[in-house]
Amino acid sequence: MCLAIPAQVIELREGDKALVELSGVKKEISLALVDHVAVGDYVIVHVGYALNKLDPEEAAKTLQLFAELGAAGDSDNLLH
Amino acid sequence: MKYISEFRDGDVAQRLSEAIHRETRPERAYHFMEFCGGHTHAISRYGLTDLLPSNVKMIHGPGCPVCVLPIGRVDQAIRLALEEEVILCTYGDCLRVPASNGLSLMKAKAQGGDIRMVYSSTDAVTLAQKNPDKHVVFFAIGFETTTPPTAVALKQAAMLGLKNFSVLCCHVLTPPAMTAILDAPEKIAIDGFVGPAHVSTIIGSRPYEIFADQYGKPVVIAGFEPLDVMQAIRMLIHQVNEGRSEVENEFTRAVDRDGNRKAQGIVAEVLELRDEFEWRGLGTLAHSALKIRDEFAEFDAEKRFDIAYVAVADHKACECGTILRGLKQPQECKLFGTVCTPENPIGSCMVSSEGACAAHFTYGRFKDV
Repeated sequence: MCLAIPAQVIELREGDKALVELSGVKKEISLALVDHVAVGDYVIVHVGYALNKLDPEEAAKTLQLFAELGAAGDSDNLLH
Repeated sequence: MKYISEFRDGDVAQRLSEAIHRETRPERAYHFMEFCGGHTHAISRYGLTDLLPSNVKMIHGPGCPVCVLPIGRVDQAIRLALEEEVILCTYGDCLRVPASNGLSLMKAKAQGGDIRMVYSSTDAVTLAQKNPDKHVVFFAIGFETTTPPTAVALKQAAMLGLKNFSVLCCHVLTPPAMTAILDAPEKIAIDGFVGPAHVSTIIGSRPYEIFADQYGKPVVIAGFEPLDVMQAIRMLIHQVNEGRSEVENEFTRAVDRDGNRKAQGIVAEVLELRDEFEWRGLGTLAHSALKIRDEFAEFDAEKRFDIAYVAVADHKACECGTILRGLKQPQECKLFGTVCTPENPIGSCMVSSEGACAAHFTYGRFKDV
């Protein structure tokens, strides 16, 4: 039920709506719950609504932690 | 798929697993509850328990909206469809939840009820606009993730001046359920929580601080992808090893401390706390669910129709209640996989893919054979 997926906004539409795309599948969703969304942003889509914007910098940081993992075998690379 | 595939990388999962094995202390056991059904699903689907040391145990929590919905609530929806003859619409997961008299919404539909599955609350509003001669009720269930879309639909209906639309509001709240688990008389060992992903995008990480500060339980908010869950478990292990209990956030790409204030504002405008609400498994909990504010009373199906809530006991052999409280595993239920299957669910935990029983039936059951 709480499952939601990140999709990219490819077009802003009238009435607080946007067209998003995920792997070639396009769908119109509502932006009623979020502010300042621009074309190119990734939003988390749940039951036809964008719940939040995805922060690409934070995503990159988390992935960077994973990438560093094991290389040094250290235990310090945790998010806080 | 960007932001999905990279969080499912098997090699990274292996390295995380190795790190967890290195960092776990062999002399102690670790018991963590994943609150959300989304996490339960990810753990089962990706076989994450096989990547954890044997002394790290995951306990499934009650964070599956369909699972915690008691029979009496589904009965109300069925009465609306069959007796009040409304168009009853709801999310797909709700349709197969077993109700009284051997019914479910799906079976009520077979009996002639006009019951429709919708993808979004907006679809329910559109249905009301297109069917002015019928009353449309949206059976709204779910935790904080699913609540804001219901609030938007109610506001839309008010703005459009719809006279044939109402909502059966059964939205529930995460923190009171966590409190109920921790305050339960039958204590279970929990060393920390994997905190909700999408619920937290709305409510933020602040509401969990009470569990770290007052109950001494670490909480790590995690995304729903397998690497997110592994990393969160690793962070919990670190907290336990260091004797800390803090709220930490692994899902920083979508969650901050405050959450989505716009969504919170819309919800607060339309909905308010119920005095109490009955949950399957957890019993009746004070201030654990939301109802429609008086200003929007004309859109409240419980006020418009004579459908008083009547509590109904679960099937007596069904262990959903104990499973939802973290006391039993699905395979400990006599009905599991025999009479109770995803095709023919007896209990609610076998219905939705994020239910503990359905997840174990789909992905984990052959391990025990």
